[in-house]
Amino acid sequence: MEKVLGLASDQGVVIFIKSTCCLCYTVKILFQEIGVDPLVYEIDRDPEGREMEKALAKMGCSSPVPAVFIGGKLLGSTNEVMSLHLSGSLNQMLKPYQTQT
Amino acid sequence: MGSTSTQIAAMRGMGFYEPFHQISSWGDAFRDDGSLNIGPSTIVQVDDGLYNKTEHVSHESMEPSRSDQEAHKPADKIQRRLAQNREAARKSRLRKKAYVQQLESSRLKLAQLEQELERARHQGAYIGGSASDSSHLGFSGTGNPGIVAFEMEYGHWVVEHLKQISELRNALQAHVTDIELQILVENGLNHYNDLFRMKADAAKADVFYLISGKWRTSVECFFLWIGGFRPSELLSVLMPQLEPLSDRQLEDVCILRQSSQQAEDALTQGIDKLQQTLSQSIAADVMGVGGYGDQMTHAITNLEALEGFVNQADHLQQQTLQNMSRILTIRQAARGLLALGEYFHRLRALSSLWAARPREPA
Repeated sequence: MEKVLGLASDQGVVIFIKSTCCLCYTVKILFQEIGVDPLVYEIDRDPEGREMEKALAKMGCSSPVPAVFIGGKLLGSTNEVMSLHLSGSLNQMLKPYQTQT
Repeated sequence: MGSTSTQIAAMRGMGFYEPFHQISSWGDAFRDDGSLNIGPSTIVQVDDGLYNKTEHVSHESMEPSRSDQEAHKPADKIQRRLAQNREAARKSRLRKKAYVQQLESSRLKLAQLEQELERARHQGAYIGGSASDSSHLGFSGTGNPGIVAFEMEYGHWVVEHLKQISELRNALQAHVTDIELQILVENGLNHYNDLFRMKADAAKADVFYLISGKWRTSVECFFLWIGGFRPSELLSVLMPQLEPLSDRQLEDVCILRQSSQQAEDALTQGIDKLQQTLSQSIAADVMGVGGYGDQMTHAITNLEALEGFVNQADHLQQQTLQNMSRILTIRQAARGLLALGEYFHRLRALSSLWAARPREPA
């Protein structure tokens, strides 16, 4: 849990993924299209991956990956990202972290 | 005019329009360039119930006055009457065309409904190969109960959808209150939500069935994107129907269009990546001596992700509709739903038309 939170606060936008997960890839691409360069962390390549996965589930993430954190706070998984993006809210949240407009 | 006469002859055989028994003479009444092919004594008759009788031109009643004035300005009078005839004939043709189009679309809707009933009756049986049915790709044939249930429910869904579209159209034409429209709009949105729920269950039962579009008509299948419509396609159908939009609305719609396009692109790239990954899994060590157990294990993991993609694609469609209804006024939302529903049914009608089109013998 600490590891997850620690990594999540390391950078403005952090996405926990599994290297084999293509929906994770989708979310990563979307953030890039919005002009954000997130820190992408592959939990399946981490020896503590399983614990991290459990921690993410405990935090209320609908599916363990992808798990998106903005400003150290859990935003959610693919569903939440898509809903927020289409409602226009995601852009607002990501404004401070956009590297290109 | 020849094709119209054939159409009409075919429709006449279906007993579709008793009052129109004079139409067969219409084909002869007009030359190819659309002008009236008449001598002075020909009368263009139109049916009282459908057309305004005062608009048809009767030459007989004009004969007496014509001979009177013939001495004065013969050419003028004749020219004027011929022009009036042409105008009346033109208007008549336009009305006839509109009526025929209406009949044709009703006929197609009827054929579709009949097909839905047939399919619902033959659950689990394989239907395919017959000319009129070739627009449908048949049932899965596996007897998968989840899929059988889905096909039945979907058949009902389409019939209910048709009803709702009719209601919307009538309500908009009758200029009902916003409150009544609100109910219809909510019903419409909920109906789409029902579809997404049904599809989510079907994806659990057989994701490939869903993604293949076997449950859709052929033209819809052509447009299929991860088992459904692209959000960008939905928006491009909606947009022209919603004018005039306020400046604020226009801004919001542009933002929605951009974000849905980004989401759509990301999802498309994701599923391409899935295909690539799957292909690589299966091809791994393809010349090896061992079995392909490992490869299959990886491939199965990849395939399990497909359900997620179908759900996300539907979620995008749903969010597009929800956000549009947030941005639009009730009346605009009602028009939008009507446009979308009509578009959907036209795609289905086109599939039937295509399947039934006359073809050159080989």
